[in-house]
Formats: sequence, C-alpha cells, structure tokens
Amino acid sequence: MNDVIYWLGVVAVAAPTAVTLLLAVVVLLGRPPEWFTHRLLQCGTVIGLLAVVGVLVLMLVSGERDVKVNLGTWVHVPPNYHFQLEFLFDRLSVPFAALSLLLCGVIGAFAARYMHREPGFHRFFLLFALFATGMTAAAVAGSVETLFAGWELVGLSSVLLIGFFHERPAPVRNGFRVWVVYRAADAALLLAAILTHLMVKEHDGDFHHLLGSGAWPYEAATVEPWQATVIGGLLLFAAAGKSALLPFSGWLPRAMEGPTPSSAVFYGALSVHLGAFLLLRVSPLFEKSVPLASVTLALGLCTAVYAAVVGRVQTDIKSVLSFASLTQVGIIVAEIGLCGLLGGQLPDSWGEALWYVPLVHLIGHACLRTLQFVRAPSLLLDYKAVENAIGDKLPRATATPGLGLYRFALDRGHLDALLSEYVARPFVALFRSFDRLEGKWADWLNGTPGDTAPPSVGGGLAGRPTASPSSLPHPSPAELTETRP
Amino acid sequence: MTWHDLPWLEIAVGLPLLLAVPAALAKSRMAGVWWATAGCGLSVLATAIAWGVQHWAGGQGSGPLLRVDELSAPLLPVVALLHLLTAATTSRQKAERFAPARFLLSLGMRLAVFAAMQTWLLVPLLVAAVVPPFFDLRVRGKPTRVYVIHMAAFTLLLLLGWGLSAAGMKEAGAVLFVLAALVRGGVLPAHVWVPDLFANGSLNSALLSVGPLVGVYAAVRLAMPDAPAWVLPVVTVLSLVTAVYSAGLAVVQTEVRRFIAHLFVSFASLVFVGLEVHTTESSTGALALWFSLMLSATGLGLVVRAVEDRYGRLPLNAHHGLYERSPLLAVGFLVCGLACVGFPGTVGFVSAELLVDGTLHANPWVGVSVIAVSALNGIAVLRAFWLLFTGRRAPAGAAELPLSRPERLAVIGLCVLLVAGGLYPQPELDSRIKAVDVLFPAGDRQPHEH
Repeated sequence: MNDVIYWLGVVAVAAPTAVTLLLAVVVLLGRPPEWFTHRLLQCGTVIGLLAVVGVLVLMLVSGERDVKVNLGTWVHVPPNYHFQLEFLFDRLSVPFAALSLLLCGVIGAFAARYMHREPGFHRFFLLFALFATGMTAAAVAGSVETLFAGWELVGLSSVLLIGFFHERPAPVRNGFRVWVVYRAADAALLLAAILTHLMVKEHDGDFHHLLGSGAWPYEAATVEPWQATVIGGLLLFAAAGKSALLPFSGWLPRAMEGPTPSSAVFYGALSVHLGAFLLLRVSPLFEKSVPLASVTLALGLCTAVYAAVVGRVQTDIKSVLSFASLTQVGIIVAEIGLCGLLGGQLPDSWGEALWYVPLVHLIGHACLRTLQFVRAPSLLLDYKAVENAIGDKLPRATATPGLGLYRFALDRGHLDALLSEYVARPFVALFRSFDRLEGKWADWLNGTPGDTAPPSVGGGLAGRPTASPSSLPHPSPAELTETRP
Repeated sequence: MTWHDLPWLEIAVGLPLLLAVPAALAKSRMAGVWWATAGCGLSVLATAIAWGVQHWAGGQGSGPLLRVDELSAPLLPVVALLHLLTAATTSRQKAERFAPARFLLSLGMRLAVFAAMQTWLLVPLLVAAVVPPFFDLRVRGKPTRVYVIHMAAFTLLLLLGWGLSAAGMKEAGAVLFVLAALVRGGVLPAHVWVPDLFANGSLNSALLSVGPLVGVYAAVRLAMPDAPAWVLPVVTVLSLVTAVYSAGLAVVQTEVRRFIAHLFVSFASLVFVGLEVHTTESSTGALALWFSLMLSATGLGLVVRAVEDRYGRLPLNAHHGLYERSPLLAVGFLVCGLACVGFPGTVGFVSAELLVDGTLHANPWVGVSVIAVSALNGIAVLRAFWLLFTGRRAPAGAAELPLSRPERLAVIGLCVLLVAGGLYPQPELDSRIKAVDVLFPAGDRQPHEH
C-alpha cells in the first residue's frame, strides 16, 4: 500500500508542475484558444486533487499518519550538501494540499468565465498554474528547501497577478510594495532554513531533524529552547510578511488590485494562510520556547484587533473582506501561540488535539472567504435580494467610535506611511546620495562637466519622471526585423 | 590523428581571427555582421567539441598553447555562445555602428584568455582583452579616462605581479594579482569603470567585456594558488561590501544600463566572496553562480539591447509600458532577471542556495549579507521590469514592434536554457564540483562540520 501512496504523492506534486511547464511552453510559442488553457489547468488541479484524496483515503485505511515521498536527491555536492526532493504527507499537509488544489480548481473554473476575452487571459492562467504548483509544493514539502521553493513561487505569482492590469501604474506600484515585503520574508525564511542546518548539524533540510520523529502533531522539537526561539523568530517574521501580520498588514488591501478570482484564492484563502501554515508545520518549536509562543500569541491578537478596527471603515468590499480575512488569520496565529503555551501543560492527548483547532479554523475560514470574494462583484445584487426578502433596508452600523480611532482606522494605522518614512525613504535617500557621489567621481575622473547626477529622491517605484517613451526615437518595425543582407 | 586529436581550441580561437579579415573587407555593414555571426557560430561549435573531447574522450581538445580544463570547459562555449547571440541579434539599425572585425578579434582574445594556462600567455592576453572596449569608447566620442585609469591600474598590477612571481616572490606577486583581479572585477573602490563603460560604451561591448567575469578568472588562475592566507578575509570583506553596495545602487538606479552594470558588479562580488570563503559549498556555489550569471545577466543585457533598438535609452524613473508592444522581450527580461537572482526553477537557484549555505557555515554574518544581497537584487530586477514593461498604456495606434527571427530564437532559447538548467542542475554542478576539486584540493578548503 505504501507504494500506491508513494505514486499518488508523486502524481499530486507532478500534475500541477507539468501543467505549468506545458502552459508556459504553449503560451510562449503561440496563442492557444481559451478553452485549451483553462481545461489544461483544470486537468492538473483535478488530477492532483484526486491523488491527494487518494493518499488521504489510503492513509485512513492503513492507519499511516506520516508518509514520506522521496523523489531522490535533486542536487548533491559531496561530501555534505544534499537537496532532497522530499514530500511529506501527514495530517497537516494532506488537508492543506487538498484545500489548495480544490480551491485552485474551483477558482480556475470561475475565472474561465470571469476572465473571458480579457487581453491577459493566458497570462492569468499561467500565473495561476504557477501559484497552484507553488502552493502544492509548499503544502507537502518535506524539507525546508522544498518549502522555500514553493513559497517563492507563490510570492512571485501573487505579485505578478496584483499587477495584472499593468497598463495602469497603481496596480504595478502596489505589486512592487508587496514584492518588497515578500523579499524580506523570503530572506528570513532562507536564513531560518540555513540556521536550521547549522544548529541541528544535519544537511538534508528534513523537517524531522528539526521537529523530532513523531507524526504531526505528535512531534517534539530536538533543538534547544534558545535555538527554537531564534529559528522560530525568523519563521514568525517570514510568516508575518506572507500573511500580512503586523507590521506588514498595509500590503493586504493593496493586493486587491488584482483580478477578483486571484484575490479570492490568494488573499481570502491560500496565500494569506501560508504563513500560518508554516507556523503549524513547525509547531513543536512553540512548545519548546515560551517566549516564542508568547510573542506569536501577542502578534496574532494585535493583528486581529487591528484588522477588525480598520476593516470597519473600509469603503470598498474587497478591502473590507481583506481585513476580515486578516482578522481571522490573526486569530489563527494567536491560536497557534496559545497551543504552544498550553500544549506542554495539558495531558498529551489534549495537548495534541489542540493543534487541530487552528488547522480546522484555517480550512473553514479559507472556504468561507473564497465564497465571499467571488460573490463580491455581485454585492449590490445580493444586497437588493436580501432587502427585497426582508422588505426593508438593511440595518446600518450605529456605533460612533472616537474621532482619533476613526482616523487611525481610515489611515490603516499609518503602517504604510511608517514603513515608507522610516525604512524605504532613508534607504533610497542613502543610496541615491551614493549614486550622486559616484556620478561626480566619474565626472571628475573623466574631466567632463557634472551632468550625470541622477534625480533627487522621488516618490514610489519610479521617482521623478523625466522622459516619456513618446519622446524617444522609435524605429519602424521593418528596420528592426531586417537583420540579414 | 583522429578527430579528437585536432587542436579544437586553437581552431575556436583562430577562426574568428581569420574571419575578421573578410568581415573588415565586407562591402556592407550587414555583410560584416553576417561574417561575425558565422565566426561566432563556428567558435561555438569548436569550443563545444573541445569540451566534449575533454569530458568524454579524456583528451585536452587542444594543442600545446591552449588547454581546456574542468574550470574553463563549460565557460568557453558559453562565452562563444554569448558572442553568437549578440552578433545574430544585431539589427540593421545597430549594424551601422557595429564593428565586426573588432568584435571577432575580441572573441578570439576572450576565448584565448579562458583557454590559456601558462602565466606568460595569460597575462598578455588579459592586458590585450582590455583594449577593444577602449576603441569602442573612442569611436563613439565618449570620455575614456575612467576606463583608461582603471585598466591602466589593472595592467600595471598584473605586470608587476608577474614580474615579482617570475623573480621568485610568489606571495607578493599573488597579492598584486589579487589587486589586479579586484580592479578588473569592479570591486570597491575600483568599481566605477563598470557603470561608466555601460553608460558610455556600446551595450554589446560592455556586456561581452564584463559578462564573462574575466577578473574572477584572473583571480582563480593567477592569484589564488599562491595568495597568502591573510589576503582571503580582506578580499571577502571588500567583495561583500561591494555586493551589498552595488545591490543597493541597483535598486535606486534611474538608468537601465547602470542598473545592469550594478547588478553585474554585485553578483561578480558574490562570486569573489564564495571563492574566498573557501568551503566546498561556497566554492561550488560561486563557480555555478559564475556560469549562470554569464547566461542570465548577459541575457538580460541582450534583452535591454533589443529594447533600446526599438525605443532608445529608457530612464528608470518613469513607467514605459512596453509589454503590449513587445511581450516576448518582457518575458525574456523577467526570466533572465529571475535567473540572475536565483529564483526557484531557474539555473541560478541552486548556485544561490549553495553560496548562502557555504558562506553561512563559514561565517554567519557573511551568509546573512549574501541573503540581503540576493533580496535587494530581486527587488531591483522586478522594479526595473515593472518600470520598463508596465504602468502605461501603449500610445493609440502604436504598432507592436515584433522581434526578428534571430531575436525571437535568442530570447526563447535563453529562457529554455535558463529554466532547463534550473530544473536539472546536477550535470552543470558536477562539472563545477570537478573544477573545485582541481582548483582547491580538499586539504585547502575550510572544514564544514556536521
């Protein structure tokens, strides 16, 4: 039976990957019909989902709680470095992988109609397939490196879809902001991965070397408490970036610039929960380190309160839903911290059962929020239907918060401004001053007048505009394509 | 004499030199470009055969002067390939300023540099290879002093180092070789010539002069065998500072050519860091990064060259929205850029992983800095992508500017190569592991405890 589970596991990972590669080749070489593109995605997600469900059924039948699917060593540098392509199917990864593939399939079907005749139809589906691949890989990753690879694919596809309507600068600018936060989170995750190698003195990145030999949630961390605090702290930082926890919450409403189907599955359901999933994956660390669990609990609660307050005053439905989503993510993270604090105090069976609470919360919330997001474009229609049914207008909120709190909520806690003012702007100012100095130095060496100094610090992605493409020479197409005598 | 006893490397170097004559005498500029393309194509073939002979037949694939070894085996065909792609994608517009004979001479010299093993041959070749970009600057009427000052320093240090080595003072000679390599590699404070060359020279000349990381090659061949132990930490610190500094500059650049220049300097410095840290993982990662960088960063430059052919030089302080008019260039830019920064699924991923792993084991602060550099360069690449290709609707009635067939083949071919190398990296890594074994015997490397 283990052989069957093994091959089903291989199919679960390979199906979305193969679809992504195939779609990339097809889209690169030509312009396939719409039906081909979305059917291909559906094939990949359905096959992957059936395989994961098959794994689940077989695990339940056989009583296996923890099946490793090792595809071998992908990279080997003797004597010590191994990059294992290892996937782990257990009670945490199987539900999350099934959820990922299910929602990707559902949203793929929804998007086939929603995006019909959009100029970027194929681009959308290619990025969506990349996202499905990344989510599946991250969900069933058996090593930190595999998780990191999936994590990065999710990040890239997310930001490129935020900037999907790229003929306007605002979506692109927002995508860039999210990318900056994601890169910081990626750096923290990579650092945690390598520190794990350093501390556990193992070199294949297997989670078991960090988390003990039991099956989730019966694992016990093998590292020292201080090591758990350091590694867990970095992972918490990475999770905060990915799941928009404080202080990175400002990017979440900006991410709503993308098409509604991708907003639904990314920021209502899967991507926004990936940070919480990461914390669940390393759950034994929280039992090992009280400071880590306490910080996680506090961070989750603060994020939940912040999002609940800010969400109250949002003026568009996708922003309202995004903050509602963040409220729940904050609570899930707080639950993880609480499980870490209580896990060691309760009898074994209770302590372990507790870890299912955030997992069930995560799955339930993802499904509900996806539904809400895909109904968002029909909000007014739904309102009218409800009002017709009750024969009256829907009741309005009557609470009147203080003006200060209202302004705080309206400005989304000034988080974006704080990060821009105290992190981004000094960085840009510093390096632009270096750049100006370099320009002067080069001019002096060349003996030319100083006309190469770049413009002063500008706002946002681009800085101060100085030229437009229309002012630049444009050769004719014929001039460019003729390359042979 | 069988076919694998032929001096393939001499053929690879000699053919471009020979074809430079008809290229110079060609009646039209486009005919000259054709000769250059043919010369590069033949060189790719010859270097690939030389590599094959070295790899499978156990021969040297060469004659008495030039040799292919584990380090240079994959680098030689890649150098020739980059020249081929550059020549083949030269448009009629650019052909007016393209000097085919100089281009073929440069190819011959660069291949000879990568195939020369003896110091007496390598040093003059390294010096000679700095000359063509100077003429490129002169012909274009651009200021040359920055380039001349730095290359004069490089030449002087190289010749002094050679002299001291020949006089038996090997350690002192190695120190001067290291300094020369740092100047040629654009390490702080001698880095300013790289963005200057990119800004003032032709893009193909700058790319092909900087892209193969000749400075790193000089360090590996000339300096590292005899360099005293105290030099390594100094070089590591200097290279690391350069990598962080250039990555930061790449993020804030307002000119696309300078952005590419700083990206090159940043990654070239990371290669220095990996080699100087001297663990198995870091050295393998550095050599793999070198290989992937030659393809990905030069590919990025070639995409920018095609963009400039169509739209002129574009500042990075406004959105240009070129995606609608040139979607394939956008894809090429993105894939090459992501491969540069070691994104999963591209050829740079494993090298970045190995480099981080190796440096972090040797010194956690070095490892953290390498991670920061990678993050900053990732931000810089996506920023440049979004500014060039998005954020603006194409002007009404503006026609799509399609790629020529060679350009399309080059972009798609590069993308396939970068992704294929990322999905199946072990063959390339095996060759880099062998190179590390040859260059740094196991006893010389830092231990890596587990």
